[in-house]
Amino acid sequence: MTTILSLKDVSKSFGALKVADHVSFDLPEGQALGIIGPNGAGKSTLFNLITGNLAPDAGRIEYLGRDVTRVAPMQRCLAGMGRSFQIPQPFTRLTVFENLLVAATHGQDRRESEVVDDVAHVLERTELIDVANRPAGGLTLLQRKRLELARAMATQPKLLLLDEIAGGLTDAECSALIETIRALHSGGVTIIWIEHVLHALTAVVERLLVLDFGRVIGLGDPDEIMDSREVKEIYLGIEV
Amino acid sequence: MIWIETIVQGVLLGGLYALFAAGLSLVFGIMRLVNLAHGDLIVMGAYLILVVVSVSGLNPFFAALVAAPFMFTVGWILQRAVLNRTLGEDILPPLLVTFGLSVVIQNTLLEGFTADSQRLSMGPLETASVNVGPITMGTLPILTFGSAIVVILVLNWIFYRTAIGRAFRATSDDPVTASLMGIRPDRVFATAMGLALVVVTIAALYLGTRSNFDPYVGPARLIYAFEAVIIGGLGSLWGTLAGGIIIGVAQTLGAAINPEWQILAGHVAFLIVLLVRPRGLFPRAFD
Repeated sequence: MTTILSLKDVSKSFGALKVADHVSFDLPEGQALGIIGPNGAGKSTLFNLITGNLAPDAGRIEYLGRDVTRVAPMQRCLAGMGRSFQIPQPFTRLTVFENLLVAATHGQDRRESEVVDDVAHVLERTELIDVANRPAGGLTLLQRKRLELARAMATQPKLLLLDEIAGGLTDAECSALIETIRALHSGGVTIIWIEHVLHALTAVVERLLVLDFGRVIGLGDPDEIMDSREVKEIYLGIEV
Repeated sequence: MIWIETIVQGVLLGGLYALFAAGLSLVFGIMRLVNLAHGDLIVMGAYLILVVVSVSGLNPFFAALVAAPFMFTVGWILQRAVLNRTLGEDILPPLLVTFGLSVVIQNTLLEGFTADSQRLSMGPLETASVNVGPITMGTLPILTFGSAIVVILVLNWIFYRTAIGRAFRATSDDPVTASLMGIRPDRVFATAMGLALVVVTIAALYLGTRSNFDPYVGPARLIYAFEAVIIGGLGSLWGTLAGGIIIGVAQTLGAAINPEWQILAGHVAFLIVLLVRPRGLFPRAFD
């Protein structure tokens, strides 16, 4: 299986605070990787390093076999990296449909007429079709989360980065979202998913990575990881 | 009847002010840039049309068609090379830089064309008129007003129906997220400035055919443009037209009472609107 993303000894500090400490892992194409860790463990920072919004102090990031450590975020987006944000950031004055249209055209460098069908398809898969012509500023939280996912999908990413997309949702809403992500994953999209809602994560991912103070303290099968003593102590706060 | 004719003239004059204001409104709406050199860019456009007319002998309308792509390029380069660097959290740098640009344009025009006043000649069209019932309207003012409506329709179409328009709105909404979507804000802004200068060219055409101009008339046009934009409510092009009409009507009514009151009446109307509706007549729904 080919490796789509590879991090080698990636480090980043803000002053004395190490937010990424020699992080290394390989991600095979088509796999779903979950990332967990306490607040401030460096999860979102890791995403920023992968998408290029932050430059690492040391180390190397390879995407599709190419060194992208110093490549601009926009170029990585065009190369098929899609991302959703922890706090949804839709274009509030554009309609839901237009939000996706903008992402699909500019994120892939294609014409609007070529992407309209894809966008309609994404609207259906994310169950946003009913609100397609409403300004995104007026959406509910679940709809905003769906839009966040839809906008990342509209760029037809090879690698999809999801940042706490299930947070703040009810159980029913969460299950619906899991189904959408599962369907997306079975369609062949490689996913890295940061999530505090563990059952949502373990329902989809094949591998789990645990971060603490910027260090990788566990990487492997989700069940084994969740059972390991170190993770229980550090992440779940259980004295073993 | 004379009053109705005066009001109609004022409405048509409002079309000219709306043309002055449309480019200013466009640029402010997309990149929150207050362009203090806007009036001088209009005057520069008028001189450019004048040059094309005197070199080629073309009618000013066709000369404006020749000038428009050139002005687009000027806008694009100006934005990429200078104005993009001034944009940011602080609103002062764009004000200072465009104020300086205003001085530079005025003095360059003075150097090249002297302080003599100029005019774009339209031949018999200048005095042509149309009778609608008992009311007589100048053909040129009607063309001006019609052009203002067409410009606003086209700009709205670009804004809401085209890919570049969506990029304008997305970037104006949130430039950082837009850049993550693959949009390049610096290019979007350059295109917007180019488009604004095409509108400026149309405004310049009617400025130059309606009255005399010299290198120093820019700032006064900027004031009318500002007033029209603010009366209309920031960000609404139809509101800008309404603002232009209010100033135009106030000016012609003022002039009908006493010719010395023309300019004053326009400014007084602006102040009254500002007192009654500080956010303008048609403020954007959510900002």
